[in-house]
Amino acid sequence: MAGAVNRLSRFNMTALALGFAFLYLPIVILVIYSFNASRLVNVWGGWSLRWYVEFFNDRAMLEAAWMSLRVAAVSATLATLLGTLAAIGLARGERFAGRALFSGMLYSPLVMPEVISGLSLLLLFVALNAERGFWTVTVAHTTLTMCFVAVVVQSRLTSLDRSLEEAAMDLGCNPVKAFVMVTLPLILPAIVAGWMLAFTLSLDDVVIASFTTGPGSATLPIRIYSEVRLGVKPEINAICTLVIALITVLIVVASVASRLSSSQGESAAPL
Amino acid sequence: MAEQLAKAENRSTEKTAPQTAVDMPLLRIERVTKRFGNFSAVNQLSLEIRAGEFFALLGPSGCGKTTLLRMLAGFETPDEGRILLGGRDIAQVMPHERPVNMMFQNYALFPHLSVHDNIAFGLRRAGMARAEIAARVAEMVALVKLDGLERRKPDQLSGGQRQRVALARSLARRPQVLLLDEPLAALDKKLRESTQGELMELQRRLGLTFIIVTHDQEEAMTMASRIGVMDAGRLAQVATPRDLYEAPASRWVAEFVGDVNLFEGQVISSEQGRLKVTTREAGIVTVAEPRQPVTKAIVTIAIRPEKIKLSRRGLASGADALQAINRFEGEVAEINYLGGLTAYRIRLDNGTMVRSVMANTARLDADGYGSSDRVAAWFAPDDGVVLEQ
Repeated sequence: MAGAVNRLSRFNMTALALGFAFLYLPIVILVIYSFNASRLVNVWGGWSLRWYVEFFNDRAMLEAAWMSLRVAAVSATLATLLGTLAAIGLARGERFAGRALFSGMLYSPLVMPEVISGLSLLLLFVALNAERGFWTVTVAHTTLTMCFVAVVVQSRLTSLDRSLEEAAMDLGCNPVKAFVMVTLPLILPAIVAGWMLAFTLSLDDVVIASFTTGPGSATLPIRIYSEVRLGVKPEINAICTLVIALITVLIVVASVASRLSSSQGESAAPL
Repeated sequence: MAEQLAKAENRSTEKTAPQTAVDMPLLRIERVTKRFGNFSAVNQLSLEIRAGEFFALLGPSGCGKTTLLRMLAGFETPDEGRILLGGRDIAQVMPHERPVNMMFQNYALFPHLSVHDNIAFGLRRAGMARAEIAARVAEMVALVKLDGLERRKPDQLSGGQRQRVALARSLARRPQVLLLDEPLAALDKKLRESTQGELMELQRRLGLTFIIVTHDQEEAMTMASRIGVMDAGRLAQVATPRDLYEAPASRWVAEFVGDVNLFEGQVISSEQGRLKVTTREAGIVTVAEPRQPVTKAIVTIAIRPEKIKLSRRGLASGADALQAINRFEGEVAEINYLGGLTAYRIRLDNGTMVRSVMANTARLDADGYGSSDRVAAWFAPDDGVVLEQ
């Protein structure tokens, strides 16, 4: 009996190990090789931090990284603002004609191939005669990530008991104050999670950015992509490791925030 | 409008002869209508509630009782009519500007605030001084016996404790009227019964006006001094619990409140205060003539099951013999033992089923009725109610 359980669990363990290996071995190799002292990508030459030093001395790369961080921060903030407003409108607003169409259209970037979004945005910017650079990438990323924020915030809002706002009004809040005093604190974790999501999406986007960026304003992924085409430098490994670390931190924070958010609100209902 | 007002005035003077300030109703609902699309949730409803009353709105789900309560709280705006609170029309006033508070069915406690902050929420909005708020919260916590739990969050409380927090929060602002939407529905039976008593005690002590919405008639009967029974957006009857049960105004009310036997038939004679009605279900039935003269030829006679007594056939005692009227032969078809009571269904010889309930006054009942026993079911003329609608 015990043997059967053991055999089964050994099988499960193997399957799990293989699955995780398939997913994470390439990343682990990349991280390890970022500490490689050798100039050749596929030859191990001992531990070293030289490629990190190299990156922090590489002006063009640093500029691209700074550009990416700025784009991600600004577009995530804009997307969070617009996405939250859209979510409030859809979850709390009065029913209006074409509401289903509106909510469907809001979510279309979720399923739209990025090439199409990128190309159509490029055509728009050309038609508007907008100079391509920081702002065109930022606007493009805002339209891409706003729908993700809207989904996260709207699901939180719909799970929130409507009578909480009514109770606040009953106890002397006007509708705006009721929203600020009661609803906003309860959906704040979802808004934070939405921002983090938008930030990471913007940070690792290549396709849309390559359509909408201009000369001299390459984002980090574009820069890495063009460097790799000329041959992989170990410096790229170091940059990628840093990006992975940043994104891991953001995703962990986002999931903790959304866990915090879902543990409140519904549980206030009677047992 | 002026005509309606004058009419309403007349009606109220009829009811309470000396119209003094004390007798003025605290709340007067005048011909209020609320529609959702084509559906009238509340339809031309008028009601007066006096200060200090414990009033229950009772009705099946979808009858409009919650909509009416939400109009009193301000979450819905009536399409027609007026709602006067202390003489002021509040029909269009926003919820946060009404001297009325509501206790929500699911309590709607703010999950991100502690018990203390939940209770203080309304006081802070009212701009009360810090020391005053602290004193009032402490008073409320003591009132609902939540001492020691002030720092807890709602999800760290039991269902009964949450109910108390909700009550304390809605009472903290000292509303003129407290609205309670199914306040005990989420509690289990034992807790519900003890909480009913506490609510009544609280209402008496504070001298507040409570309006409670419930679908549980036992709850309404236990707590309320007056009950308004609602059906399809209208008030079917407003009466004390006793009148509601013993003198229902209509067939619908008689059937909705408690169990009842109904016999429909034609009035054949009316003499010496006795009305004779020939019914399809039970032949000729004699009942006491109601105070208001019967105007319709077809009436319904309602008799509560506990007023139908059973006797063994042929063993009519002297007292029974006097009651030779309203006596029907039949056999016991069904027996339901309920502890304190036993409910019988008697199949009369003409096929009609009649319900009878008897109290189990002795622990050992050797004389009890068994299934298929031949019995006589009878009732006193005074126990039948004549219903014209």
